[in-house]
Amino acid sequence: MAAFTVVKKEDLEAQQKEESVQSLRCITSELGPLTQPDGSAVFTQGDTTALAAVYGPADVKISKELIDRATVEVIYKPKVGLPRPVDRKLERIIKNTLEAAIMALNHPRSLISIVIQETESLGANLACCVNAACMALLDAAVSMNFMVAAVSAAVTDKGEIILDPVSRVEDEARAVLTFVFDSVDKNIVTVITSGQFSQDEYKKCLYLTKQACDNVFSFYKDSLSKKLLKSA
Amino acid sequence: MAEEIRIVQPKEYYKRFLEKDVRPDNRELAEFRPVVLNIGCVTTAEGSALIKIGNTTVICGVKAELAKPDADQPKDGFIVPNVELPPLCSSNFRPGPPGEQAQVLSQTMADVIADSQCLLSESLCICPGKLVWVLHIDLVCLDYDGNVMDACMVALVSALRNTVLPKVTVDEETGDIQTDPTTRVPLQVTCCPVATTFIVFDNKLLLVDPTREEESMATGAVTIVTEGDNLCSIYKPGGTPLTENQIDNCIERAFTHGREVCRLIEDTLLSVDR
Repeated sequence: MAAFTVVKKEDLEAQQKEESVQSLRCITSELGPLTQPDGSAVFTQGDTTALAAVYGPADVKISKELIDRATVEVIYKPKVGLPRPVDRKLERIIKNTLEAAIMALNHPRSLISIVIQETESLGANLACCVNAACMALLDAAVSMNFMVAAVSAAVTDKGEIILDPVSRVEDEARAVLTFVFDSVDKNIVTVITSGQFSQDEYKKCLYLTKQACDNVFSFYKDSLSKKLLKSA
Repeated sequence: MAEEIRIVQPKEYYKRFLEKDVRPDNRELAEFRPVVLNIGCVTTAEGSALIKIGNTTVICGVKAELAKPDADQPKDGFIVPNVELPPLCSSNFRPGPPGEQAQVLSQTMADVIADSQCLLSESLCICPGKLVWVLHIDLVCLDYDGNVMDACMVALVSALRNTVLPKVTVDEETGDIQTDPTTRVPLQVTCCPVATTFIVFDNKLLLVDPTREEESMATGAVTIVTEGDNLCSIYKPGGTPLTENQIDNCIERAFTHGREVCRLIEDTLLSVDR
């Protein structure tokens, strides 16, 4: 049973209007759009969309089997063409991030497989993929140490900081930083950056993204409780 | 007896040492391994460098080729870094097409060149729309004992700084390409990005410049690339969550280390005559 988060058109417009420098773009999601995986989610941030599906804990190939924990596998599918080294790097980053979040020790000798399909990449793609994967894991009810929320920030040539940049801002920016926080202590799980920036700018971005990640966490909570209430 | 424990209970073995703030190879937690740098060791390449960090060995060669630029970017040359992790360097790698780690390392090298802007692709232009240089930067790991990322980065920057290209001119009217092997032009490498890697041991301790054994036990890793007083990249792909203070601490140490490595590269370059 798919659960939709209801976003009123007026709210959406209001949000887009006041979309000032320091707010996230409008977030929407759909839990369980696919019927075959154990859990799936579509996650949309502004115009950036990713679809994630989770299978597991399932059987694992002997060559990949770990005797004391579950093997976590992430497959990232770009919108067009075969995965390139850039996508491989993205895949590795998402895999390591989720490995920290999933309680792999609970399911030794099994596989938790996460497939992420890039649907629309219009700024902050990595953040969107991580959030989609986290929602899919929640939908599949995989036991986790903590939830993860990813937020991007761009540093412009003038040193301004723009949260959750669209692709045009990303292209013009001097640097783009993506942070992933855990839901327990708001510590830093992942930092990925591109471009040059000063230590001061890094601290500002960290401060802003840390505040913004609360929105993502409360969004997870809302959408899950909506889904659970519906199915109850 | 100690050797047996090291094999059977490596984590316990390490913990005993780390309790006393020392590592099994006699280093302190924040101490780097000795670095040996040899620049210009491959005479058949346009530029080259060999680096040893402890036992970890990486050799880098830069080969240049001429090519026609892409139509949409007529002024941009091509920079193609490629990291190879052959079975020679460690039993973790099999022969065949590059594995995931090699691909990720290659991509990271390309990203650092782009982020730090140490070598602009426009500077490889000979004649806009007609002829540009392609730089194949081949990095081969000969001995894999941890921290290959830092080693690759030093080798890459040193080899680029060492690279000289023959002067090539294109005749405007006939389109003939003329090479003047007597005049050699060095590459315009504007800065010197340096990577510093830390690993997280047992979810709490930060160790700098990890060996292979330490890497295999790590619960997380952070790589910080500095360039002078700026940061080029903070690369922490998952693993144990760290607090802001811990990362700040890493950044401070990365800056100090970055300056030392830069000085080493400068000094070594001065001693090379071409």
